[in-house]
Amino acid sequence: MSEQTPVRTTRAVQLTESREALGGRKQFLGGWRRRWNRMARWQQWLFLIIVLAAVYYLPVANPWLITTEPGNDFPIACFQMAVYALVAVGLNVVVGFAGLLDLGYIAFFAIGSYTAAFFTSPDSSLIHIPYLWTLPLALGIAMLFGVALGLPTLRLRGDYLAIVTLGFGEIIRILATIIPAARGQVGFKEVGHPPGTASDGQPIFSVSNGVPWYWLAVTVIIVILLLVGNLERSRVGRAWIAIREDEDAAEIMGVPTFKFKLWAFAIGAGVGGLSGALFAGQVGFVNNQKFDVATSMLFVAAVVLGGSGNKVGAILGGAIVAYIPLRFTAIADYKYLIFGIILIVLMIFRPQGLVAAKAHLLTYSRLALDKVSEFRAARVASEQEKAAAAEAAKGVPNE
Amino acid sequence: MLATLFSLSAALPASVSTDNSWINFDVTSLLQNFWPATFDGLTFGAIYALIALGYTLVYGVLNLINFAHSEVFIMGCYGVVFTLTSLGFGPNAPNLSIWAIIFNLILAMLVGMVFSVVTAFVVERVAYRPLRRRGASRLAFLITALGASFSIQYLIFLVRGSNAEPAVTMFIPTPIFQVFGAIIDSQQLTIVIAAIVMMVATDQYIRRTRVGRGIRAVAQDPDTATLMGVNKDRIIVTTFVIGGILAGAAALFYVMKVPSGVIYNGGFVLGIKAFAAAVLGGIGNVRGALLGGLLIGVIGNYGQLLLGDSQWTDVVAFIVLVLVLLIRPSGLLGQTLGRSRA
Repeated sequence: MSEQTPVRTTRAVQLTESREALGGRKQFLGGWRRRWNRMARWQQWLFLIIVLAAVYYLPVANPWLITTEPGNDFPIACFQMAVYALVAVGLNVVVGFAGLLDLGYIAFFAIGSYTAAFFTSPDSSLIHIPYLWTLPLALGIAMLFGVALGLPTLRLRGDYLAIVTLGFGEIIRILATIIPAARGQVGFKEVGHPPGTASDGQPIFSVSNGVPWYWLAVTVIIVILLLVGNLERSRVGRAWIAIREDEDAAEIMGVPTFKFKLWAFAIGAGVGGLSGALFAGQVGFVNNQKFDVATSMLFVAAVVLGGSGNKVGAILGGAIVAYIPLRFTAIADYKYLIFGIILIVLMIFRPQGLVAAKAHLLTYSRLALDKVSEFRAARVASEQEKAAAAEAAKGVPNE
Repeated sequence: MLATLFSLSAALPASVSTDNSWINFDVTSLLQNFWPATFDGLTFGAIYALIALGYTLVYGVLNLINFAHSEVFIMGCYGVVFTLTSLGFGPNAPNLSIWAIIFNLILAMLVGMVFSVVTAFVVERVAYRPLRRRGASRLAFLITALGASFSIQYLIFLVRGSNAEPAVTMFIPTPIFQVFGAIIDSQQLTIVIAAIVMMVATDQYIRRTRVGRGIRAVAQDPDTATLMGVNKDRIIVTTFVIGGILAGAAALFYVMKVPSGVIYNGGFVLGIKAFAAAVLGGIGNVRGALLGGLLIGVIGNYGQLLLGDSQWTDVVAFIVLVLVLLIRPSGLLGQTLGRSRA
């Protein structure tokens, strides 16, 4: 009896190790990840293409039960979901990857919106440029603001950043109200849109037509996802995860934590600015009313709900947070209360969110993952053999 | 909306410009109204300081920015307004003897304290304690604090709607004496003196009593304190309760100063400013909270005079916070709660 125990333990270890290597603890949606990882490359591509086609087709299909009509126009609702998803992807870099709590993300969104307005609206006296150029410009300007805010505060402990960003979010809204050049509640009308005219002479990207805007937003999301995904799998991503898990340990291991925190903050801010510019283009009007800190809380809720540290989770969270008040208009007034309570409950019972962040071997490819789990299995097997041999050797003299 | 909350009692001509300018400096206005603005700022500062104490104590013990503290405060404000309204106070000052007014105000303050303490207690029990039990990460605590803050805000919104509560005037401020040509009235004097008395009492309570020693011990090292026989959970609850009591007192003074300022999200920006005050004085430092609060109040008023719009007070307070973090992150008195000795 007692000789059997070590073997049994190693088998248990083998099981848990291979399970961990193949996608974390047993978890909700965990099975999906395992199935995904076991798929062949071409299967993954096929799956992705089908999902993408469905995503692009969504506003045209306007499916029953899912549609937000008659309360809200469905293509425009889709566009808003896409904007929230983009915001969540950007905020996920800050909160999810680097573990910095940015509570004033709306400020960067506002900066992006105002950039688009300042450079395209006839109400602005600045020089005018084509709308599509304001997208990279908004990204750059928001990044600059991110660096300006991050430089003094990122050297400090994380919680100071939370309160400073919270203040910053409120300050940008106040400045938009009291600085005469920002035009307060009067705002900027006729913010630009991408070029192109439909056959009936109307611009393709009109305020009332959500479909092209949605396609533009989804395309932007895909581009940003590719960029962020590459960062995540690189040295930068590994540094972010190290900082999130233990900043002091990361610093000791030679990670320049301040530099990488600033990068995360700036990239997050840039994506926030980009989404703000997109939003301003579709709505066609920018004033000081949309940028309250409460919306900032919704952004954080989107990332945390979806699963902070996971891109897919962030998109899902962003889309859900935008979708629920649009679909269920009866509870739209309570959305802050609902998402506030969701935050508390999630933190207690499921801090990792709907789709948990990958905990293991984040930086390696799937092949490497397989190889490592094979290696572990082989090692465990050889240990078992050794134990069996030792047992046999022990057993022989007895007989 | 918040613009009305922070406007100076001395009505100033608002310099509204129609051109597309960015920022106008109005130095003459600042110089002319320097002393009235100073004393008015000190009054606001005393209120900030009382709220800042709640932040500072919880931060000292739990190392957590308790975002929900601004809602603890605003709940106190609702308690004060409900009490005063049911006692027959209204937009016009009541015609009562001074002793009757003092009795009514103390009653209102007690009810406000009860509202605040209950809120703080519930937040600690429902939101923070389960997290402590599970050893959650720092980020989880902050997100929970944020969630608690918004839940309470919009719970109030559900019950009371988006409008501010009707104004309650407690008494008409009467001039008492003059300093540097600025009139100091009974309201300012009441607020500042009462606030300072409460701060000194808190300071002494933490320095001299047994519970105060427990608070300092937990702030220094929670695990060792537990080994030495300190009941950590009870100390943490006590800290939240003390913060709630001070917030309830601040609520009375705030309603006195800004009668129409009780609105569901009215605590939010005030909370940020109070936290800025706590950081300015040195977070975790009880005396620092007083200094920081008074400074934030005064500086905010100067900023408002210089830049011409009452909303600049918030912007200036925020800029002060960032500058302090940049130059002296540990604050002016830079001492933690654990290190202050009896």
